Amino acid sequence: MEKLEEILAQGLAAFAGIDNPADLEQAKARYIGKSGALTEIMKGLGRLAPEERPAAGARINQVKEQLEQALAARREAMREQQLQAQLAKEALDVTLPGRGAGRGGLHPVTRTLERIESLFHSIGFDVAQGPEIESDFYNFTALNIPQNHPARAMHDTFYVDAQHMLRTHTSPVQVHYMETNQPPLKIIAPGRVYRVDSDATHSPMFHQVEGLWVDEEISFANLKGVVQDFLQRFFERDDLQVRFRPSFFPFTEPSAEMDMSWNGGWLEIGGCGMVHPNVLKHVNIDSEKHIGFAFGLGVERLAMLRYGVNDLRMFFENDLKFLKQFN
Amino acid sequence: MKFSENWLRTFVDPALDSDQLAEALTMAGLEVEALEPVAPAFDKIVVAEVLSLEKHPDADRLNVCKVNVGAEEPLQIVCGASNVHAGARVPCALVGAELPGLTIKRAKVRGVESFGMLCSARELGLAEESSGLLLLPADAPIGTSIRAYLDLDDKLFTLKLTPNRSDCLGLLGVAREVAAMTGASLTVPHTEPVPPGDAGALPVAVAEPAACPRYCGRVVSGVKPAAATPAWMARRLERSGIRCINAVVDITNYVMLEQGQPLHAFDMAKIQGGLQVRFAREGEQLALLNQQIADLAPDMLVIADNAGALALAGIMGGDSSAVTDDTTDIFLESAFFDPDAIAGKARRLGLSTDSSYRFERGVDFAATRTALERASALILQICGGNAGVVVEVINELPQRNPIILRAERARRVLGIDLSDREISALLHRLRLDFDGQAGHYSVIPPSYRFDLAIEEDMIEELVRLHGYDNIPALPPRSALHLLPQTETVQGLDRLRQFLVARDYQEVVTYSFVEKSWEADLAGNESPVELQNPIAAQMSVMRSSLLGGLVNVLRFNLNRRHERVRIFEIGRCFSAGENGYLQPQRMAGLCYGGVKPEQWGEALRQVDFFDVKADLEALCQPVELRFTAAAHAALHPGQSAQVSLDGTAIGWIGALHPRWQQKYDLPQAAVVFELELPPLMQRRLPAFSEISRFPPVRRDLAVVVEEHVDAQTLLDGMRKQLPASVTDLMLFDVYRGKGVDLGKKSLAFRVLMQDTRKTLTDEEVEAVLARIKEVLATRFNATPRV
Repeated sequence: MEKLEEILAQGLAAFAGIDNPADLEQAKARYIGKSGALTEIMKGLGRLAPEERPAAGARINQVKEQLEQALAARREAMREQQLQAQLAKEALDVTLPGRGAGRGGLHPVTRTLERIESLFHSIGFDVAQGPEIESDFYNFTALNIPQNHPARAMHDTFYVDAQHMLRTHTSPVQVHYMETNQPPLKIIAPGRVYRVDSDATHSPMFHQVEGLWVDEEISFANLKGVVQDFLQRFFERDDLQVRFRPSFFPFTEPSAEMDMSWNGGWLEIGGCGMVHPNVLKHVNIDSEKHIGFAFGLGVERLAMLRYGVNDLRMFFENDLKFLKQFN
Repeated sequence: MKFSENWLRTFVDPALDSDQLAEALTMAGLEVEALEPVAPAFDKIVVAEVLSLEKHPDADRLNVCKVNVGAEEPLQIVCGASNVHAGARVPCALVGAELPGLTIKRAKVRGVESFGMLCSARELGLAEESSGLLLLPADAPIGTSIRAYLDLDDKLFTLKLTPNRSDCLGLLGVAREVAAMTGASLTVPHTEPVPPGDAGALPVAVAEPAACPRYCGRVVSGVKPAAATPAWMARRLERSGIRCINAVVDITNYVMLEQGQPLHAFDMAKIQGGLQVRFAREGEQLALLNQQIADLAPDMLVIADNAGALALAGIMGGDSSAVTDDTTDIFLESAFFDPDAIAGKARRLGLSTDSSYRFERGVDFAATRTALERASALILQICGGNAGVVVEVINELPQRNPIILRAERARRVLGIDLSDREISALLHRLRLDFDGQAGHYSVIPPSYRFDLAIEEDMIEELVRLHGYDNIPALPPRSALHLLPQTETVQGLDRLRQFLVARDYQEVVTYSFVEKSWEADLAGNESPVELQNPIAAQMSVMRSSLLGGLVNVLRFNLNRRHERVRIFEIGRCFSAGENGYLQPQRMAGLCYGGVKPEQWGEALRQVDFFDVKADLEALCQPVELRFTAAAHAALHPGQSAQVSLDGTAIGWIGALHPRWQQKYDLPQAAVVFELELPPLMQRRLPAFSEISRFPPVRRDLAVVVEEHVDAQTLLDGMRKQLPASVTDLMLFDVYRGKGVDLGKKSLAFRVLMQDTRKTLTDEEVEAVLARIKEVLATRFNATPRV
């Protein structure tokens, strides 16, 4: 049995000294395998006196257990070592840039329009659309601007033929919409409009948003309320003031020019007014029963103020360096 | 409308400074576009007389002058102006005077002492340019402040009037408005009728009573041709931007500015017989005052004599009967022409005159004669002469029907609580002729207002005077309903966000394009043309978005961008049988690397299939179909028509090498253009049962002739597939070793799964056998071994 202790010492030393799994398995066979050293001692157990056998057997089992534990510990340690080596090998420079596709963005006019639409949508405005080549009737006549009316001179119009032009404002959408829908009506109509004008502050094409609300109890004070609410929310400034100034549009009466407070002064932001009874008459809406207001806002103007753009022409040059600033 | 503030204040002088007055006008709807001083701030400049001068001893161009500035002793002043001469009265800046950018000090000029400066108009800030001293009239009082003498403590108001306010195209109209707004009293220039002398009369016949409801005129004979326009009048005219011509013409302009009534003076010596107011005859011509020969149309009103047209009524006089510096006898006209008779005519002739501008918008038909009397009086006073009787023809003047104004309606429209008493008070302040009370009024609009016809017009008058600022901003109250939302239609925002997520940048380009883009990129030789384009490269309406995209690509390539991926959503235009077609489209363009340049990934140029994948993903789960077809813009071997549910909705392809070269593109661009409405449709999801049995996958490779396209094979196979086949897709294309030249190998993956049982090998093999048979018999496909 002295040999047993020797085997234990040798086995533990051998396991500790091994650093690869194959050698470890061989060492295991040598000590606790079927023909290992410990098995040999087990076989010799029969030669002991019967009263010695239980103690010797127990001791052998103890040694075996010790060796197996040592073996398992060594295996675990080697696995861990291996894992650590693998992890070290697989380490990345995580500061390298990510790979893959890029991301585009919306044009600032669209971004602004989406913002306007969602603000008005939040109080139930629907979005309406209309053609951009308009007939004389929709662009002018139905809006109470008859032939030769001096107000036509306010609109420098692009003509495509004697009776058709590029719409000079989004107001014709009001007429189209009211022809097919009955009050109560609550729409905004965003889109492109065209005027024969081109310089640093005028573009021959630009965007407007027309707003229209027709209901039984709608007032000039409500118009002011909605416009002020919109501008305060759009610019996220509760202190923004709106000023109405008397003005003239043939399709509204009373009419107003809308100014908003900006950097200590007033900035013109669009026109508005109460829908003219003649416009309602054109679309068979009873102006005694229904009252409406309408307003028109310049989209590029709002975008320029909101984002600090200082040149209107940049919107239509489409320089990617400009466009990407709004992504 | 531009005028001198001092002039306006002779009619109404409210206790407001210039800025407050401007604010009041703007808030009354007469927007003050500009308010500027007549002269910059300066003082210590007086009227002076040059008594004598002698050459400067050391400078040829300088004179040493003795100048009387009204002090006891004359001053010695060195002057370099070429027009200085003894006896000249000129502005003189005294020592201590502050001019724009200059302070006058006692100085030595080349060794000679100088005690001031003789001034030009430019030095006083009265003109941009001037050549020499500002010479004043010989009676200019010496020693008087030049500010007082030239009335320089004045400001210029420029009003941006809306077309409805023709009544404010005269100073009196503006004054009336200021009086109503501020409560200040109004002083109207009092004009006694000029008693007729023996100047005789000219017969006038009005052939068109509807176009000319009122015509007044009178002869004034013996006017002094050399009479000078008084300085005060010339100044007021100049400050209104009107050039002085001669005394008679200046007086007619002056009265027009004051009263808003355009007048015209004819040279009596050039009139043959009496006058007629008639429409022009077919083919009639008239040489106008501006030297233009006008071809008159039969709807243009003229003033004619026995020989022919003398003036274009209400627009411009004729050259032959114009008042000249030799004219001694004149016929003075003051008329009311109907706005509809004048409107549009001047524009058709390419003209816009102060007269037509007023008549088109409406002139006070009750003041026709007053203006004539006012002008007559001024002519007699300034030019002398002898007035004849007033010849007047009055036809049916415009109606001024009473307007019913209900206080309740006003309160409802305005949303404010305006009492009946307040309403009456406002109507009084507007000097309106009205009856009634207890909230129900009948108002007769004045003859000078052409914009008051209905109740809403009166409501606007009330609120204008009450003050738009006094209207509260109130949120509307209305019944709340959710907005309907159609689930099978997706918004534009979703489509845009999809493309944005796939690395496309949105652009917005002009709807009008260069004509050649249409021919090249849309094969459109007859685009919708603008009649009045702003520039040749913006002359036709686009029928395709591609031109704009290619242009944006070029713009950005010129700015050193190497990779461009853009899209636009917008309308395209063409002429259809029943009007213009204006479909909304979505188009995109990709150029350069398929991905942004990056490490660890080889640079690969974008190709047809990269963009095709974007379109397929856009429409998923609906499958688009692509059919090889030719398009003007596209490479004939790399272009396809795109269909959705059997309907063609657009195109995809590589730009034709011809256009790539013409538009200076170093590499090919891949583009697409699709109709928008079909893309906005989407399916309402409908559940179908999910199989819990194992799927079976089989791969199958066949060799076919090169010309057989993949879609045809897939379609052929799909027709024969049982329901157990859940997917059939192409996963490889191979050409080369093992496949004969002119042929290609296509590999397909078949996925099978049954919802009720596990498929047996026999069933699977039977399906494959069926597919192989179809491929062999219909497409001559052989299995690849």
